[in-house]
Amino acid sequence: MKSLRNTALGLALGVVGASAASAESLTIAIVNNGHMINMQSVAEAYTAETGVELNWVALEEGVLREQVTSDTATGGGQYDIINIGMQEAPIWGAAGWIEPLEFGADYDVNDILPAMRAGLSHEGTLYAAPFYGESSMVMYRKDLTDAAGVTIKDNDSWARVMQAAAAMHDPDNGVYGACLRGKPGWGDNMAFITTVVNSFGGAWFDADGRPQLDSPMWNQAVNFYVDLLGNYGPPGSEGNSFNEILALYNEDKCGLWIDATIAASFLENDNVAYAQSPNAGVAAGANWLWAWAMAVPAGSPNSEAAMDFIEWATSKEYVQAVGNHPDFGWGSVPTGQRASTYAIPEFKAAAGFAAAEMAAIDSAAPAASDIKPYVGVQFAAIPEFPEVGSAVAQEMAAALSGAKSVEDALAAAQAAADAIMSEAGYY
Amino acid sequence: MAAVTEQSRFGQVIWPVIAWIVALIFFFPIFWMVFTSFKTDADAVKPEHLFFFTPTLENYTNMTENYDYWRFAINSVITSTFATAFSLFVGVPAAYAMSFTPSRHTKDILLWMLSTKMLPAAAVLYPMTFLTKNFLNIYDTHFLVILVLCLVNLPIVIWMLFTYFKEIPKEIIEAGKMDGVSTWGEIKDILIPLAWGGVASTALLCFIFCWNEAYWTVRLTTTDAATLSKLIEGNRAPEGLFFGRLSAVSTAAVGPIVVLGWFCQKQLVQGLTFGAVK
Repeated sequence: MKSLRNTALGLALGVVGASAASAESLTIAIVNNGHMINMQSVAEAYTAETGVELNWVALEEGVLREQVTSDTATGGGQYDIINIGMQEAPIWGAAGWIEPLEFGADYDVNDILPAMRAGLSHEGTLYAAPFYGESSMVMYRKDLTDAAGVTIKDNDSWARVMQAAAAMHDPDNGVYGACLRGKPGWGDNMAFITTVVNSFGGAWFDADGRPQLDSPMWNQAVNFYVDLLGNYGPPGSEGNSFNEILALYNEDKCGLWIDATIAASFLENDNVAYAQSPNAGVAAGANWLWAWAMAVPAGSPNSEAAMDFIEWATSKEYVQAVGNHPDFGWGSVPTGQRASTYAIPEFKAAAGFAAAEMAAIDSAAPAASDIKPYVGVQFAAIPEFPEVGSAVAQEMAAALSGAKSVEDALAAAQAAADAIMSEAGYY
Repeated sequence: MAAVTEQSRFGQVIWPVIAWIVALIFFFPIFWMVFTSFKTDADAVKPEHLFFFTPTLENYTNMTENYDYWRFAINSVITSTFATAFSLFVGVPAAYAMSFTPSRHTKDILLWMLSTKMLPAAAVLYPMTFLTKNFLNIYDTHFLVILVLCLVNLPIVIWMLFTYFKEIPKEIIEAGKMDGVSTWGEIKDILIPLAWGGVASTALLCFIFCWNEAYWTVRLTTTDAATLSKLIEGNRAPEGLFFGRLSAVSTAAVGPIVVLGWFCQKQLVQGLTFGAVK
């Protein structure tokens, strides 16, 4: 009995002290997307070459954001490298939560696509290196548009897109004209809706930070979105985001889909064609811009080793490593980060969407402008945006499901956004 | 009389049928998860492979080779076992005291303990992270996970034990006292043997709750003390359909606890329905 007690006590004390981190190791928090999963295998070569052991902590996007935020806000220390998005990078850089990145000449920082570099920088300093990036574009079934006698052009008008969706819409045979994000979330339905609003000349906030959801542009854009998806979308669209629509598209149930360019690499139908995002007269902001990037938290004790790894993982050399990897190949290389990737013949041969993707990223306009006085395309790079965006997202889903009229939903969204922004002290 | 017999015969047939339907509805998601775990990620989302596909162990191989399943599983075993043991270590004496020597505040204390379950966990996430990481330096340790799991489950453990102990006649404990048995002796030699079924079912339920706890185990760990909940969390992907992989990880995570529950179902049912037929 006594020995049993001692064993239990020993075990209890043993487990308490079993958490010392090795100096030769890096702890990396990543979101569990395909490119990141592949990186874990490709990076075995990095460990073999440098001896640096890599501990991967894969997390769902929302949990990753929450955990990395709480870790960084409490001084960091748990992670040496973190995966962050374009919404966080400039804000965290300005707050000093992440370290400015400096790489050697071989890294060729000018090869990073200008829109990506701008979106991940604060006052000209790069705070996060893009691992892969994306814009949005139209992905449509050429066989269906041909059969219906309609066309979709680059930067087409929304009216013509609606016309094409109507022509392809055949619910009796399980084909829906347009599949678009409807699931509430600032990165879900609001990512798409914001690009529509931008293309109607609207914006989230004015220069003082006052919400503009009661503007005519929001009204027109949201009415259009509800009409398009309500009339020609699949049933239950208010529950659909990227993955749900991807599954529908690969089941040949969608005529057109406007979403992240990364989706093109997952599409299986041979008749997919691409077009630049439509607009309603204002081209700037019609296609979004996003990157999953790698940053070093300010509290990391291994910042030098972390920078070395980021330099390797976001380099031209890494793209070659994935392309030549026996398990992956050129169709699996991370895209949307470097101009040189789009010049690789093997990649161009493997990825039919390459030219459309690069054109979409190049034309994305994240910088502040007269119409949109904040950084970001489908989001505003301010700390309050996730809260505002989530509140508005719920109202837009209510409008889509028919639980509220567009006018009522926008009025409620404006009130919610106004309360958050005034509470935050903007006015 | 004939009507009564007919009614009871109807009841004999219809109730088991309803019970089977309800059981199948509850079981179906688990069946589908296990079924999907033997499909490739590509097959898992193709309607033509809904029922007919070539089974593969690829997801399980991938999970053990690339996702370090055993490290997460061992952490789950360690933290759930110790948290259950510590919960009982504290809960049994507490429930004993409240059952056999109640004060006028006992009910208030019991209610207060239960009210702690009503606190939204997110409200204390930041202070917990800050304190455990910056001051106590116990973030991402087994000790912290055990402590948190123990605290999270203590109210339920004490409530359950209190209810079981209340069923034991006070006179038996008093007789022990008259014979000069110490307090520890009363608990060890009289109370626990008499309420063994209740203590066992409490321990089982506590273990299951610890095993399944996801909010804190995901947020207070990084790598060293991460449990199976974190492994599942890490396999959810916002951009990409990896349902075969996710199903395999989920199956392997819930498998041990389902097997344990299967073997101990009698005690579990007793624990879950305690007080229901008084």
